[in-house]
Amino acid sequence: MRSPIRLERRLEQPKWLNWAVPLISLVAALVLGAIVLWLTGKNPIDVYHRIFERGFAGKQAFSGALEMATPLAFTGLCAAVAFRMGLINIGGEGQFYMGAIGAAWVGIAVSGTPTGITIALMCLAGMVFGSIYAAIVGILRAKFNTNEIITSLMMNYLAGILLNYLIFNSKSYWRNPDSPQFPKSKNIAARADWNTYKIFGIEMPIAFLIAMLAGVAIWFLYKRTRFGFEVSVIADSPKAARYAGIRTSSTIVIVLALSGALAGLGGAADVGNFRGLLDAKGLQMAGYGYTGIVVAALARRNPITTIFVAIFIGGLTKAGYSLQGPDFPSGLVGTLQGLILFTAVAGEILIKYRLRTNVSRAGAVVA
Amino acid sequence: MADRIAVRMSGIVKRFPGVVANDGVDLEIRAGEVHALLGENGAGKSTLSNILTGLYRPDEGSVEVNGEQRVFSSPRDALDAGIGMVHQHFRLVATFTVAENVVLGESGGSLFMNEAQVAERVRELSDRYGLAVDPSARIWQLSVGEQQRVEILKVLYRGAKVLILDEPTAVLTPVEARSLFATLRAMADEGRSVIFISHKLGEVMSVSDRVTVLRGGRTVGTVDTSETSTRGLASMMVGRSVEFERVVRENPADTSVTVLRVEAVSANDDRGRASLHDVSLTVGRGEIVGVAGVAGNGQRELAEVISGMRASTAGRITVQEDLVKSGKARSAIARGIAHVPEDRLHTGLAASHSVEDNLALKNYRTSQISKFRLLKRGAIRHQASTLVERYDVKTPNTTTPVRLLSGGNVQKVLLAREFSALPKVLIAASPTRGLDVGAIEAVRERLVAAANEGVGVLLISEDLDEIMSLADRILVMYEGRIVDDVPADGADRERIGLTMGGSSTKEATQ
Repeated sequence: MRSPIRLERRLEQPKWLNWAVPLISLVAALVLGAIVLWLTGKNPIDVYHRIFERGFAGKQAFSGALEMATPLAFTGLCAAVAFRMGLINIGGEGQFYMGAIGAAWVGIAVSGTPTGITIALMCLAGMVFGSIYAAIVGILRAKFNTNEIITSLMMNYLAGILLNYLIFNSKSYWRNPDSPQFPKSKNIAARADWNTYKIFGIEMPIAFLIAMLAGVAIWFLYKRTRFGFEVSVIADSPKAARYAGIRTSSTIVIVLALSGALAGLGGAADVGNFRGLLDAKGLQMAGYGYTGIVVAALARRNPITTIFVAIFIGGLTKAGYSLQGPDFPSGLVGTLQGLILFTAVAGEILIKYRLRTNVSRAGAVVA
Repeated sequence: MADRIAVRMSGIVKRFPGVVANDGVDLEIRAGEVHALLGENGAGKSTLSNILTGLYRPDEGSVEVNGEQRVFSSPRDALDAGIGMVHQHFRLVATFTVAENVVLGESGGSLFMNEAQVAERVRELSDRYGLAVDPSARIWQLSVGEQQRVEILKVLYRGAKVLILDEPTAVLTPVEARSLFATLRAMADEGRSVIFISHKLGEVMSVSDRVTVLRGGRTVGTVDTSETSTRGLASMMVGRSVEFERVVRENPADTSVTVLRVEAVSANDDRGRASLHDVSLTVGRGEIVGVAGVAGNGQRELAEVISGMRASTAGRITVQEDLVKSGKARSAIARGIAHVPEDRLHTGLAASHSVEDNLALKNYRTSQISKFRLLKRGAIRHQASTLVERYDVKTPNTTTPVRLLSGGNVQKVLLAREFSALPKVLIAASPTRGLDVGAIEAVRERLVAAANEGVGVLLISEDLDEIMSLADRILVMYEGRIVDDVPADGADRERIGLTMGGSSTKEATQ
């Protein structure tokens, strides 16, 4: 290769790169974004200022960011949990729908139970639905070695079809009979139980608190428990895992079930904390499951970082929605998000490899 | 032989984080010679050849090719200067033909390749150097020996004048090795230079003109092969003389107690073909049973079945009357079976995990290391620092990933874990393969010490000398069966060699 620059694999990955590289990637994305903005005749500084103002600055903006961040935190954790074992679960989207269906079922059914119990039951239903749905992918992978990327992706479409069927094409338990013209689900009576707390003037949805707890719990599970150790050995070398007597097949199923449970929990939060019904169309338009994969990738599979990245992406999305207008095309924030992902993935390479120039260093010989 | 200097490397220094791999190495290669590069693992042979082929750049020192100072920035640069490397692990595209692999990656080639012309050139080269291989055959159809020939052809095709071969015989049968040596000689006679990296003393003695010995990243010296001996080279390599003789045991084997019993076990290989047929054997307390045989005759499957990594299709395995569940490594570990697998870095260890995690790889389930399913990090670290010291593992610290350690230290980590578990049975598969003389000696001492303490050892090895010097009893495997069972003391080498090659014991004793 005679290009002036080449990549050399790093023997050791210095710790400081873990935060320096993502930061530099972000700055690079902003610079690239600025060029795009400038080319389209906009003042980049002005646009960034507005995004920051609407997305993050001030209590109201930040509250909005948290609301947008909540589903992404759950789907981000869903993807990160599977990534950790080298499993690529694209199915967060479908597992999120299933969680929403399960939680809506409970939410419609219960009434008069104490607040805590209602929330717990809805969360439980969401987790069970999401985890069973994902466990199917895990069992297929463990028993028949089918590619989980394909199966989990296809199951997203299945879940979408099921959602449409329940709300638009049938007189299901979920469908609201009082609204024949505009098909929608029954309202969730338990909606009122899902609180939003005011902490230092910031509105903190209870679901976001649950997401943070889940992030910490996952971190603990992977760092400090036997199960986490087994997962990391399987990810490193499946043969070594077999050699050490680790039950790989059941671990695959458990990890995917856990991954699905997190997405399902997100679905429950969507129904309970935000929409107050099973919104078949809205869920499929939002695409939380897919954005969650991006969140987990940006967070480099770290469950704690995932929460922060979710806030960041949430704020950007929020700003995008509220600034949309004639002078602010809706594609702008999407473009920016794409650039951020692009530079983050490029940055990932810099953590593993180092750049070397091919200019000869004759001086070294003398030294 | 012309005394023209083809390559001169002087004062080469290469540092890696925490290690100085080359610390002032000098190497001089003449045109038309086979020059052996000998040294223990971690002596700096691979680093040196990687510098010569442009993969690494030296921190200090100079490289001269044909009297001209050069700085290579890539393997292609080095190849343009006539230096080519034949790697230990082949870099071939399995579905391509030999000819296609030979031209693959060639610089300045046209978009379309002239298959006939390339094939003609390949045939000419292979005739000239005795590298018999069909240019139109596809790589996956070839034996390992033939694939190596393709690697050599690739380098020759690009006009290399200096060929570096990294442990070329490690993958070859004795017959293939002999033919390789003839090829090397033919190339040298034509004025090319061959750098032969090895730690097999016998080979170095038989194939090379001169030998340069490295130790601890420095050049110990360069000698004419005709003026040295195996023993002389061994002492240069380790800095002291090493004995290869039959060990005398402190505590002899007690065969009245059987620790491992394998009864009529059959198993399939990875592709589902029957590869172990009705194998029965026993190992007594403190007994070392050697399993001899040419690689690929079911030894790997035997080791994996006993250690629970592979399910058996028939038969049963017991450790002191306790059944080992078929295909359950956890059961084998619980019964006290330790296993040193052939593939240390990716089967015996999790390569990207730290030394301390790897030392806990088998006992992380015990109450010593975890409680209520939570890991006790302090206990893991404590265990690691104890074992690192007791087994003399050289590592910057216990959190270093094992993949960064040298081959000898990788094996030490593995042995430390397996021996410290106080096993009843130890399955050791090629435990010294690829190690340097010093490390080989250390591993053998550990094996003998374990047997002295009453561990039943099943030593699976292709190295007959190793089995002859350590084992109490020798089993010979051929095509998935045990074809011979003889006491090691006074065993007839020739008979074992013949049964390994498929002759019946009757033929062999005649």
